[in-house]
Amino acid sequence: MRPSGMKSTLLDLVNAFKCAPLVGMLGWQDVRQRYRRSTLGPFWITMSMGVMIGTIGVVFGQIFQSTITEFLPYLAVGMILWNYMSAIIIEGCAGFIAAETIIKQLPIPLFVHIMRMVWRNILILAHNIVIFPLVLIAVGKPITWLALLSIPGLVLQCANLTWLALFLGMLCARYRDLPQIVNSVLQVVFYLTPIMWMPKLLPQRAGTFLLDLNPVYHLLEIVRSPLLGQIPSLTNWLVSLALALFGWGITLALYNRYRLRIVYWL
Amino acid sequence: MKSGKSYITFENVCVDFPVYNASCRSLKKRLIQVATGGKLNTDQEGKVVVRALDGISFKLVEGDRVGLLGHNGAGKSTLLRVLSSVYHPSSGTATIVGKTGALIDIALGIDPEATGLENIFVRGGLLGLSKPEVKSHLADIIAFSELGDFIEMPLRTYSTGMHMRLAFAVSTLLRPQILLMDEWLSVGDEGFRRKAEQRMVDLVEATRILILASHSKELILNTCNRAIWLEHGKIRMDGPAGDVVAAYFDR
Repeated sequence: MRPSGMKSTLLDLVNAFKCAPLVGMLGWQDVRQRYRRSTLGPFWITMSMGVMIGTIGVVFGQIFQSTITEFLPYLAVGMILWNYMSAIIIEGCAGFIAAETIIKQLPIPLFVHIMRMVWRNILILAHNIVIFPLVLIAVGKPITWLALLSIPGLVLQCANLTWLALFLGMLCARYRDLPQIVNSVLQVVFYLTPIMWMPKLLPQRAGTFLLDLNPVYHLLEIVRSPLLGQIPSLTNWLVSLALALFGWGITLALYNRYRLRIVYWL
Repeated sequence: MKSGKSYITFENVCVDFPVYNASCRSLKKRLIQVATGGKLNTDQEGKVVVRALDGISFKLVEGDRVGLLGHNGAGKSTLLRVLSSVYHPSSGTATIVGKTGALIDIALGIDPEATGLENIFVRGGLLGLSKPEVKSHLADIIAFSELGDFIEMPLRTYSTGMHMRLAFAVSTLLRPQILLMDEWLSVGDEGFRRKAEQRMVDLVEATRILILASHSKELILNTCNRAIWLEHGKIRMDGPAGDVVAAYFDR
């Protein structure tokens, strides 16, 4: 029996973390399942990512008249991270819906299904990130020790993406037209966020709106800047931290309230 | 494994399924309703609800072998899902003490592209077994399912029978204190069936409380000492297996 109340909700999360070996196995299984019968294996997606970055890099590098040594690494990190972030958000929407058969058969903590999805995308990110050092070598730019700062950044970013996935997973199980809306919003966010364009190209005033008020920019920056040899600003970190606390607060309240109802919505 | 007595107490358990039609599930409709006001309330009040279980109360103690009888839609599967803690009662309380295991959909979580071995680990993991636990049973599973070298092959190359033998061998590893079953599991050809039968009997003997949903008169009479007859989500009759079966099949 699963009693209600905040204590048991937290216990559900703790139990989900205890299922880590299961999460690890299912996540790997998902990655392998996608590419099992291709010769290139998991690196198939890395290849297509690389080709895309190369193409956009050449075209937009010309349009923006940026130096390729600066623009290409910037674009590569941005695209790889955006791919990872948007995948977690989109797949988060289907997090519970996709696991329907398991949820209806086995009393596994529900958060396990979200963790599995996040882990799967971390694995895919690990495949894609291989492109970055290759790009650095290609343009002859060295990597600095500062890059290590991106690790705490990734952790904080992941904490943010996880609450968002859990939040959306619950809402989308209830409201089935939400995934399409999320999809469209993400497309808009992609253009609003400096991924394909560089912030320094913006006029001063637009910058405050498009950068400072864009939470995705801060989340992206805490990982991207260190990889490009810059220290993220304190604002980047503080906004990301505040977002994590605020998001988890709301999500936990919602999860506490509706956790036992989710299975009825599926 | 928890020690101590296993028992199950249901007190006035109800399970209501909300029926969301397309308009209820849509956020757009919901927002429009909020914007136009008023309508939201009438809509929520008039929400369609299907009551799958209605005021179910019983107490099961160790040694109980309970057969669940009832027509399709009487609430047997829903009751099994409440017993396995998948559904939480909409009202009333369900207290389940003891490790529960279900032999309901034994093919759950099986990936046709993965090899037999990989599937054993995934399936075992879903059932709550750790990797070392599965490893220690690996030889037994392979021998029992008679798959031999096929264990290294992707599952899509298996015949239906091989598929089921593997699923059966893994699923019956569990030794739960409370066992839930939807019909008796019987798989494979003549030779395998006898072996499977023996394993099922062992499993049922080892369990402290058995709940078996079935349409078979013989099965319930042979396996159970108590039966619950469900009708429209309510308990129509609860008593010794012989009496309930007689009443149910003599209507």
